[in-house]
Amino acid sequence: MLEKAAMVRSYLVRQPWGLWWMQGWRLTRIEVRRNLFSWKASWIYFLAFIPTFIIFIHLVVETHPSIAMADDTNILAGIVQFYYLRLGVFFGCLGIFSRLIRGEMIERSLHYYLLSPVRREVLLLAKFAAGSFSALLLFGSAIIADFALMYAGYGAAGRDFIFNGPGLGQLQAYLSIVILACLGYGAVFLLLSMIFRNPTPAAMLVLGWEAINPVLPSLLQKISVASYLRHLMPVNVPGEGIFALLTVQTEPVSGWAAALGLLLLIGAVLSYSCYRIRTLEIRYTTE
Amino acid sequence: MNDRIIFDDVSKFYGEVLGVNRISLSIPPGITTLVGPNGSGKTTLMNLMTGLVQPSSGHISVLGLSPGNATEFFSKVGYCSQFDSFPRGITGFDFLMDSLMLHGMDEVVAFGLAAEALERVQLGQAAGRRIAGYSKGMRQKIRLAQAIAHHPRVLVLDEPLNGLDPMARADSLALFEELGRQGMHLLISSHILDEVDRISDRVVLITGGYLIAEGNIHQVRQEVRDKPIQVLIRCDHPELLAARMFEVNHCVEARLHADGRGVFLRTGDIDQFYSLLNGIAMEGLVKIETVAPADDDANAIYQYLIGSDGSAS
Repeated sequence: MLEKAAMVRSYLVRQPWGLWWMQGWRLTRIEVRRNLFSWKASWIYFLAFIPTFIIFIHLVVETHPSIAMADDTNILAGIVQFYYLRLGVFFGCLGIFSRLIRGEMIERSLHYYLLSPVRREVLLLAKFAAGSFSALLLFGSAIIADFALMYAGYGAAGRDFIFNGPGLGQLQAYLSIVILACLGYGAVFLLLSMIFRNPTPAAMLVLGWEAINPVLPSLLQKISVASYLRHLMPVNVPGEGIFALLTVQTEPVSGWAAALGLLLLIGAVLSYSCYRIRTLEIRYTTE
Repeated sequence: MNDRIIFDDVSKFYGEVLGVNRISLSIPPGITTLVGPNGSGKTTLMNLMTGLVQPSSGHISVLGLSPGNATEFFSKVGYCSQFDSFPRGITGFDFLMDSLMLHGMDEVVAFGLAAEALERVQLGQAAGRRIAGYSKGMRQKIRLAQAIAHHPRVLVLDEPLNGLDPMARADSLALFEELGRQGMHLLISSHILDEVDRISDRVVLITGGYLIAEGNIHQVRQEVRDKPIQVLIRCDHPELLAARMFEVNHCVEARLHADGRGVFLRTGDIDQFYSLLNGIAMEGLVKIETVAPADDDANAIYQYLIGSDGSAS
């Protein structure tokens, strides 16, 4: 047993980690440059910033009596839970991450990467890092802008809520949720884009799965991104009608356990993706 | 270290469709041409060799390495594929720089190599322009530059002359010859047989996914014993020579050269043919200037072994 552990350790030490890190970093830069700053990504900008635009209109045209701050806090929580998690981040990540592999196969340019002296696992993880960076930059900055604009109209009361009240804690929680959502959905869509020629129908199934997940048995609830994120919400949004399904409180789980559970899920999905990319074949004629 | 490209009983099936079947090859350094009709499996062989597709069975190694070990493998191998597509919105120079930077070299070294590769394919002027605006020939050149930029030991070229004008073809062939002389492996597939024939050290004939023949062009031709060999004889009385040959040798065809100062003779027994020719020359009846085989080139071998319809004979 000890001998085997020593062999594994010796194998790992002999690997060119420095080179892989450098290649990963360079690939990430190339991918961000190619994918984030392109016209094709403009609809994702729209998805990320449409609530920001609406909140800005709200800031300009509405009066902001202090008494309305609790309502606005609930509205912001609703925007994060119902819009960003269910639509914005979901479809944004679908657009960003499914493009990374499948998009390049459709454009017939993936073979350049597969013919470069980069391990395919490094390539996949670098693409995931690039997609995550792009998604986090867009949705993270959108959440920060939403938060700032939501409370900007309240003047001193708003500043007090942010800096002396629960405001910063809520912002931190929203950002954590968006980070985990981007990583979670990103990993799932990256894998789907390697399995399916058109990952959109599969993504619709994931969306349906996420919607019905709260009423599924406990074990199945663990195979869901939204179920983990629900436990991290700093403000409980009272759901009515169909929205009640989206706010069902499942088994109580601590924030740390939920975050760790989601990270483990992401790790498992990425590990399987690394396995898949090892045997990925270039057959553009079938795309 | 092993200096050969080895295909060991390699087969590839795309579902139920045969790509290549039980191919075994051991290719030494030099220029090797893959010859075969469309859909014969040439590109599949190249894709198998570089790991773009996985073999259904068998094993491939290039200089003792497998594509699974990408870091080492692709520092020694360059592949100029037939896929005429590029990442969006990129310039020729950035395309090369992105590629070279993934080798782990620093920016100054990558810059030097990119400039050198662009110079070799004579594309320096257009390097700053977006590839989307390149002509077909320029796109072919930039792919070639990308394949050779990191100084690989093995260069795989899938139809590298497609889209090139005659001047650019000649330059490319000269470049391939030079690389071959430097001891590199060049594996070239091309439909322009006359041109690659000039520079090839050996040919691999393939059709329908099956290996038909491989080796030095002249050896392969001589092995095709059931096909009469054609010889061009330059002389002052070609019609007289043809008549004498028909009298005594197994000549099956004679055709006068267009300039009237030579004759193409096709014979089923080349040894007897040369012996009789010596006799005729000694008689002094015909003054022979030159004797040269007229059909031991890749084109003729292709015609004999594969045929114009692409089915092996």
